[in-house]
Amino acid sequence: MRKALMAAVAACSLLAASSVANAQEKLKIGVMATLSGALTSGGEDGVRGVQIAAKELGNKLGGREFELIVTATDASPDSALRAARKLVEQDKVQIIIGPLSGSEGIAMRDYSKTVPNLVMINGSSGALETTFVNPSPNFFRFNSDGAMWMAGLGEYVLKDKGYKRISIIAEDYSFPYTQVFGFALGYCRAGGQITQRQWVPLGTKDFGSVIANIPDDVDAVFLGLGGGDSVNFLNQYSQTGGKAKFIGGSIMVDQTVLSSKGAAKRLLVGTPSSGGVADAWDDPRWKAWVKLYQESFPADKRFASPSLFATNYYNAVKALAIAMDKVKGDIADGGAKLRAELAKVELDAPNGKIKLDDNRQAIATTFITEVAELPNGDLTNKFVRAVPDVTQTLGLSLDAFKAVGLPSRTNPECKP
Amino acid sequence: MSDFVARRPIWSLVILVAVALLLWLVFSVWTPGMEAAFGRKRVFLSALFNGITLGALYFLVASGFTLIFGLMRNVNLAHGSLYLFGGYLGYSIGELTGSWLVALLVAFVVVGLVGVLMQVFLFRWMEGQDLRQTLVTIGLSIIFADLLLWSYGGDTFQVTTPDWLSGPVTLPLAVALRSNGEAVLMTYPLVRIAILVGAIVLGVLMWLALNRTRVGMLVRAGVDDRDMLSATGVRVQLVFVMVFAFGAGLAGLAGVVGGTFQSLQPGEDTRILLSSLVVVIVGGMGSIPGAAVGALIVGLAEQFGSVYMPTYAVMLTFVIMVVVLAIRPQGLAARR
Repeated sequence: MRKALMAAVAACSLLAASSVANAQEKLKIGVMATLSGALTSGGEDGVRGVQIAAKELGNKLGGREFELIVTATDASPDSALRAARKLVEQDKVQIIIGPLSGSEGIAMRDYSKTVPNLVMINGSSGALETTFVNPSPNFFRFNSDGAMWMAGLGEYVLKDKGYKRISIIAEDYSFPYTQVFGFALGYCRAGGQITQRQWVPLGTKDFGSVIANIPDDVDAVFLGLGGGDSVNFLNQYSQTGGKAKFIGGSIMVDQTVLSSKGAAKRLLVGTPSSGGVADAWDDPRWKAWVKLYQESFPADKRFASPSLFATNYYNAVKALAIAMDKVKGDIADGGAKLRAELAKVELDAPNGKIKLDDNRQAIATTFITEVAELPNGDLTNKFVRAVPDVTQTLGLSLDAFKAVGLPSRTNPECKP
Repeated sequence: MSDFVARRPIWSLVILVAVALLLWLVFSVWTPGMEAAFGRKRVFLSALFNGITLGALYFLVASGFTLIFGLMRNVNLAHGSLYLFGGYLGYSIGELTGSWLVALLVAFVVVGLVGVLMQVFLFRWMEGQDLRQTLVTIGLSIIFADLLLWSYGGDTFQVTTPDWLSGPVTLPLAVALRSNGEAVLMTYPLVRIAILVGAIVLGVLMWLALNRTRVGMLVRAGVDDRDMLSATGVRVQLVFVMVFAFGAGLAGLAGVVGGTFQSLQPGEDTRILLSSLVVVIVGGMGSIPGAAVGALIVGLAEQFGSVYMPTYAVMLTFVIMVVVLAIRPQGLAARR
């Protein structure tokens, strides 16, 4: 008994010693992504984005070697909280890349305030509140929020496509609220009408009744769904033989859906949308990124071209690398210098120039796109136009933007 | 039936009126006033049909669950895992062979075999120890879930609908009138109708097997008094293994069906388990007609809830369960 006890103590001290030694050599970077639930395919592509950036950086940040610790979430705020606690308390990371989904982001804004030494760089989450309401001093977001990704789409579908009355089907959480908010601001102000909004739970399996509930007299249906839900909806919609035209939310017509199996995604051909990337943009930086992405993974382990998630996670790591180079990898001061440098980073990203505002929220480019079929049968997002330097207030003054209120199921009202 | 009418004249009348009202709602052309009150007829009909087909899926899962419970008093909390396993298996077989029917068959047989293994190697050795069996099934469900996550990942899978079942059919039900008086007919996915018909056929076959065959007689005798059956010289263990295999096989079959008109992903196992628990609690533990009634109620509640009160739809099924537990704790169709 005594011997066993001694052995156990010895083993423990060895383990403790080795972990201390490791902490001095290798930097640990936590990565949070949705690796289960409806947004799994997006989470996987986000992790690919991080891996590509890590490889490109030679696995070094500011001269220090680093290792990635990937934790899975499922798009719910409490799963994000569990993952972040695990990374901070158990793995002792000081830098986290993530989370991916809207409501996770809001939870992480609040959590990061309780761990002042932590540096958190958003993966791909896009709720407005994350950086707009009581922003956290150590939460940085190098991607646009859901509303910014909709900048210009409302006017485009009304004027160029002639969709005068639409209905909305979207998931019932903060990111789709933000997307509909951004879309409706432009669309309704330009004179469009939203006749119905249907909110379905994230991870809905059965869209039968929702599909039956689509009004007959609308020109198009705005779909604010993502990942598995999008695929489910399209499959079931094609089973009913419906012929409505669609308008896509940013992750509805993303590669996560366009690269999915099955024929139902063909319903999306011709669907206008907008977001942080345009698959078929002919900017040399974007093309270089697509090539890098395609060369980094075999064709069956990736999408045809990088999704919004891969691009955002990749940008997050690249921004971190710039700031870490400035501080020479020194985060022993609790990350204060790193945070100061991160706030100043101006990123020449594959999807346009990105800089941060006072709330550490990106000011970036939005792309209006349209789904098209390539000769080889793949679906892609054709570039229509770019809206550069979109700010979080969507060009309104801060007071005017605040007067609209926060995104919700019913806000903004659609009064032309 | 006539017995029921004689004993409960008032209830019979209520049920008759409700059925008549429902039929009238289904077949009549709705007036604008009705549309204002209930929404459009197409929405109502679609919720009704979707609820019934969803009920058919729940019936497939819950009937195996309730059969196993009724005979062995074993609350098999790994039943949801068997469903998910069957679904994934069906997906793989479907991709491999390109045949949906083969996928159904293989899922039924293989998951049934897993059920045999579970009964022979685990539950036999802890017969009559309810708590221990329940804990073991919880453990199994966790192991299954992790194994499935390991081999299939967290992505969403969908079993491909065969061509002969894809697309819509037109039903002879008018949902609205065009301005020229011509009726707009209801269209509905063929695959859902096929699933509904399949579930009804299976339910009737199960009822016949239970009530008209010798094996069914043994099973019913086992449900009533296991010890006495064993004392008459019947090899009770063999009956147990058979029932467990059949119940598990049904869960696997339902997995393929669910994977066809919904989808498969981690977490589906607990969702389906929860639904079947609610179904058998509402319908009555151990009763096949109870499973049918319960599945229908839960399916309809979910669909009508999601149309007419989306915010509280999740709660509705549990409200129903609580009400049933309060006024008829043994379940709607239970004998005792």
